[in-house]
Amino acid sequence: MRNVYVLGTGMIKFGRYPEKTVPELGGEAALIALKDAGVTIKDIEMFACGNLYQSNAMVGQRILQQIGQTGIPVINVSNACATGSTAFREAYFSIASGMYDMAMAVGVEQMGKQGLLGGTGGGDPAYSTEGKLGSGLMPAVFGQAGIEHMRKYGTKLEHFAKISVKSHKHATKNPFSQYRNEVTLEDVMNARMVGYPNTLYMCCPTGDGAAAAILVSEDKLKQFAGGRKRPRIAASVLTSDPYTDRDLTLPDVNTLTRRASKLAYEKAGVGPKDIALTELHDCFATAELVHYENLGLCGDGEAGEFIDKKGGCHPDLGGFAPVNVSGGLLSKGHPLGATGVANICEVVWHLTQDERAKDRQIPNAKAGQAHVIGLGSACTINILTI
Amino acid sequence: MAEQAQAADSGPRPIVPFLKLGPNPHLEGLKCSCGAIFLDPKRVACSKCGATSDSFKPIALSNKGKVYVFSVVHQSFPGIKTPYVTAIVDLPEGVSVRSNLIDVSHEELQKNPKKGFDMPVEMVTSVVAKDREGHDVVAFQFRPCK
Ligand SMILES: [Zn+2]
Repeated sequence: MRNVYVLGTGMIKFGRYPEKTVPELGGEAALIALKDAGVTIKDIEMFACGNLYQSNAMVGQRILQQIGQTGIPVINVSNACATGSTAFREAYFSIASGMYDMAMAVGVEQMGKQGLLGGTGGGDPAYSTEGKLGSGLMPAVFGQAGIEHMRKYGTKLEHFAKISVKSHKHATKNPFSQYRNEVTLEDVMNARMVGYPNTLYMCCPTGDGAAAAILVSEDKLKQFAGGRKRPRIAASVLTSDPYTDRDLTLPDVNTLTRRASKLAYEKAGVGPKDIALTELHDCFATAELVHYENLGLCGDGEAGEFIDKKGGCHPDLGGFAPVNVSGGLLSKGHPLGATGVANICEVVWHLTQDERAKDRQIPNAKAGQAHVIGLGSACTINILTI
Repeated sequence: MAEQAQAADSGPRPIVPFLKLGPNPHLEGLKCSCGAIFLDPKRVACSKCGATSDSFKPIALSNKGKVYVFSVVHQSFPGIKTPYVTAIVDLPEGVSVRSNLIDVSHEELQKNPKKGFDMPVEMVTSVVAKDREGHDVVAFQFRPCK
């Protein structure tokens, strides 16, 4: 496999764009990334487009119909919340394999007012099990992931709440974040309960958004980088949920993340101590806490202590092993298809001292990782190094 | 003929096929020769070992189990009454099922979640809806053992 680099990135501020279409949002992010890379759509040889809610409607081609119909191969990717990061991985493989030298990945989503609860499905509603045989909705699934940690290690509600306080504080420095308000521990603890133990501020909001990346081979890097240092994709891993005892009843978000993490560290030849920043899938505060351990940022059962010692906080706040300095999904919002590319953009911006991360820059960052979980389940981890 | 068939078919219906109604309502699973138990009766193979469905035998599951984890649902779709407790219950046969946990105080569980862990529970059934053809639809719930 050949080395692959991220030459350019683009992202629009996550928010509400009811006046725009999905291809328009994706096209905007693509154009920013192309400009950032110093190339045009005519240089792109392959395009992987991630979108969930219009996955049957050729979003990738419709983006090219906005920004340049060059006739290149387009793949439309759908992989739950890991949709964007899976599209990124397809672009990565198209170059790593030697097939192409320059590829584009776009993640885009327009959520409208749809919440994170998900859909009800068809059929006679009398046989819908939701609310009658417990809950299979996201707040219950991720609530129970946190409760499982409480059960095993005595983790407290405060630990989850502190994560929300931390990420909201981080977001105040990120102009691309949908929400940039600070919250106190009291605000989080006393907010409306959505699904115990997650209160309102411990659940990510939805939103519309788009992000894009231009990936290149070493040859194209030399041709277009013009002396700029660009990060290498040291590992791009995708796993699905292996059989575990309760997975079919209560989706197991841990085992597939641990497996992806192990594979990614091995492939990249780095360990958690080498990672300057982590963007991980904090759809709920409970999810972030269990992933501290799943990604090896602390030992098993130590996440509570890690949080109490300011683990996950930006060094400017006196923290270490910073997590979600972008504000995370908790503040940025979670446009499903866009999320996986957006968190790679964040990692790139720190590794390249990009001005788009100037107020929250992690100093001297040499390696960073972006993790996503799509329930159902898919896990991606991309490790980038410079 | 049509009327007769309808009359014979007018009893309550289980909300899911693995709930068996009758004088002794219980859950029924499929057990693979590798030991894994599944609740979906139409499954074609075992997702643990890969054996095809000819390696499966039906297994009647106990009506008693222990709560593994739970959550309290405060927000749901319109028409679903909240708050309610959703729980994952481990059955002694080695399979977990999900349903509502009733006859417990959700406030108390939120204050002291430890009270929920390993709580011994038993299964009960109740009519939860009427389908489009007018049949009662029966679901199962768990409650603390008396
Ligand atoms: Zn088997």
